[in-house]
Amino acid sequence: VLGKTPLPPETKFSGFAWILRLPIIFWQALFFLGPLLFLIAMSFFLVKNYRMEEAFELKNWHRMLTRGYFWDSYFFTLTLATIAMLNTPFGTLVGYMTLTLPLVIVLQTFALSNIDRNLVQAAHNLGCSPWRSVYQVIIPLAKTGIIIAALFCFILSFGDFVSPYYLGGSKPPTLPILIIDTTKSGQQWPRAAVVAIMMMVTLISIAFAALSVAYRKRANR
Amino acid sequence: VIGSKILAGVLRGYTLLLFVFIFAPIFFSVVFSFNSARFPTIPLESFTLQWYQTIWSDPDVWIAVRNSVVVSLCTCVVATLLGFCTAYTDYRYNFRFKNAYLALVLLPPTIPLIIMALAMLAWFSKFGASGQLWSIILAHSVLTAPFAMAICRLRLSQMDGDLESAAWNLGASEWRTMREVIIPFCRPAIISSLFLTAAVSFDEFAIAWFVSGLNKTIPVLILEIVQGNIDPQVNAIGTFVFLVSMTLVIIAQIFFTLRHSKTLS
Repeated sequence: VLGKTPLPPETKFSGFAWILRLPIIFWQALFFLGPLLFLIAMSFFLVKNYRMEEAFELKNWHRMLTRGYFWDSYFFTLTLATIAMLNTPFGTLVGYMTLTLPLVIVLQTFALSNIDRNLVQAAHNLGCSPWRSVYQVIIPLAKTGIIIAALFCFILSFGDFVSPYYLGGSKPPTLPILIIDTTKSGQQWPRAAVVAIMMMVTLISIAFAALSVAYRKRANR
Repeated sequence: VIGSKILAGVLRGYTLLLFVFIFAPIFFSVVFSFNSARFPTIPLESFTLQWYQTIWSDPDVWIAVRNSVVVSLCTCVVATLLGFCTAYTDYRYNFRFKNAYLALVLLPPTIPLIIMALAMLAWFSKFGASGQLWSIILAHSVLTAPFAMAICRLRLSQMDGDLESAAWNLGASEWRTMREVIIPFCRPAIISSLFLTAAVSFDEFAIAWFVSGLNKTIPVLILEIVQGNIDPQVNAIGTFVFLVSMTLVIIAQIFFTLRHSKTLS
C-alpha cells in the first residue's frame, strides 16, 4: 500500500502541512492516550466510602494479583482466546467465532490474493499435488497474513465480553467480565484498572511475539 | 483431475458451512421476530407483527434510536475529517517521528473495547463529562478514525502524484489544490468512510454502555433487555439494527468499489 518512491524529508515549515497533521495528534492525545495513562494512574488510587481518592498505593495490585480468582480468570481467558476446543463452554466459543471469523476471512483473503499465482502454477508444473502445494507453497507465502489474522482474532476474543457474558454462563468469569463486575457492582475502579493493565500487557507481549514470528520468516526468504 | 474436483467440492461445502455458521444466528433472530411464541422454539407458531408494534410504541426505544442516530452522525463526520487529514499527511509528507505518529493513529483498534471503555469512563468522569451523549461521540471517533484513515489512504495511493504537481504548476495554492483536486478525487472514499464509521458507531456496545449513563443507545438497550429476560422484542430491535447497519455498510461498499471503475478513466 505504501508509496513506491520514498518521500523526501521535510525541509521547511509549512502551515498547510501542520494544519492537516495536528488534529489527530491533539485528538488521540486527549481521548486515547489520556484515558489510557489515567487508567494506569488510577490503578494506584484508593476507594474509600465508595469514593475514589487520588493516591499512590500498591494495594490494588497486591490485592488483585494475590487472589486466586484473578488468576483463574486470567488463564481461563487465555485458553479460551487461543481456542482450546476442549473443556470450554461451547456457547462462548461459538460467540467468539461468529465475532472474529469475518475479520479473519477478510484478512486471509488479502494475504492469499497477494500471492504470485505463477508460483502455484510452477509448483503444479513441477508435479506438485494440490494438497502439497497448499502446504509447501501457499501457506509459507501467506504466513505473515495468516499470523496477523490469528493475532487479530486473539485480540478481539480476548477483549470481547458480550459472548462470555450472555452465552457462556461466566464461570469462571473471563477477564472482561471481571472488569465489568468490579467496575459496575463494586465501584472499585482502581482494581478494575489493575485487571485492564494486566490484559494490555499480555496482549502487547503476545502481539510483539506474533509479529516478530510473522516477519522473521519473511526476512529469511 | 478427479482429486481436484473432489477438493473443489469439499472447499465449496466448507465455505457454505461457514456462511451458515455466521448468518444462522441473524437469520433466526429475524425469523423469531415474526413468531408469535413467547420463547424462541421450533416449530414456529403463527406469523405476527406484535413485537414490532411493542417496540414501535415504546418511548424508550425511540429515545435510544434518536441517541444512536445522533451519535453515529456526529461520529462519522468527526472520524472522517480526522481520518482524511491523517491519510493525506501520511501520503504526502515524511517527517521525524512519523512512525510514532502512525502508531498513535492506528493503535486504538488493537486495544480491547472493554479497556478503552473503562479508561474513557474514568477519564471523562475526572472532568465531570461522563454520562453525556457527546462523550460517547468522542470515544467512538477515536475508535473509528483509523478505519476512515485506512479507506482514504487506499484511495490516495491510487492517485497519480503528478495531478497535484500539475495543479501547483498552474498556480493553484496548496489549499486550492486540496479543494479542487484532492477532495474531488477522494470523494468516493470519503463518502464510503462516512457510512462505514457510522455503521461501526451504530453497533458499538461496550464503550457506549460504560460511558453513556442514562443516554442509552440501541445496542445498550438491547443488551439490557436480554439481561432481564427472554423477550422477543429483542429479535425485532435486532432485526431493525441489522438492517440499518447492513444498509450503511453496503452503501459504503458501493462507494468504495466505485473508485475502481473511476480510476480506469
